[in-house]
Amino acid sequence: MAKTSSGTPRSVVHATFCIERTYPAAAGLVFKALTDPAAKAQWFTGGNGYTLLARQMDVRPGGREHVQGRWESGVVSTFDAVYLDVVADQRIVYAYEMRLDDRKISVSLATLELKPAGTDTRLVVTEQGAFLDGYDDAGSREHGTNFLLDALGKSLK
Amino acid sequence: MLNKVTALDLTFQALADATRRAILAELTRGPSSVSKLARPLAMSLPAVMQHLAVLEGSGLVRSVKVGRIRTCRIEPKALSLAEQWINQRRAEWERHFDQLGEYLNTLANTGGTRGKDQ
Repeated sequence: MAKTSSGTPRSVVHATFCIERTYPAAAGLVFKALTDPAAKAQWFTGGNGYTLLARQMDVRPGGREHVQGRWESGVVSTFDAVYLDVVADQRIVYAYEMRLDDRKISVSLATLELKPAGTDTRLVVTEQGAFLDGYDDAGSREHGTNFLLDALGKSLK
Repeated sequence: MLNKVTALDLTFQALADATRRAILAELTRGPSSVSKLARPLAMSLPAVMQHLAVLEGSGLVRSVKVGRIRTCRIEPKALSLAEQWINQRRAEWERHFDQLGEYLNTLANTGGTRGKDQ
């Protein structure tokens, strides 16, 4: 079986999931928060233990977004996206890859839909992903679980 | 594949509830008795045990009873790597969406838009 340089067997797992929220704000405002670099920088942060190293975004078809940061563990995560479809106040579609240090761990398609609900806006994200090469050694597995639980913990506050 | 999807559904179902997330967060600090888990929660012991049953059903938590004390612990191995990855990505989206909500509330409270608390 073909292996990565670190000895992990090559593998791909596909997965799709959907998350939605309803915000008491007009679709235009939610759209701006998602697409305007200054507005997005106000809320799209990595949280505790995350140091932002680089960030740029250009939301239009063919435009790119790049976010890189370092975690407390020293691992550098890199998000690289290309926007494929942008319909003002209605829809954003982008493809993105995630890397941890030099390892590409996933390639995904993210579709964000903004749907008016009375005076509120329902935001639905669907992510269709390909999860690559097990994303793993024993260390990162532990890190991964802890990261999940950290995030869960933060969501309680 | 079907089993995989069902297992994921159970995991997501287990994670969809704030009380169960609180229990999981507590268990990340170490194993705990049911009564200790229940103490900070504003609900009856049977209600807590129902939540624990859902968590156990999802494989996220396991418990053993020694004498009269049931001790729960988190079971990270229950999550395959793929599940971990998907859960992480979901948790990231959830966190970002929380932050987006807070940001929109801030705008509302500073008179930038029509506002009400969520």
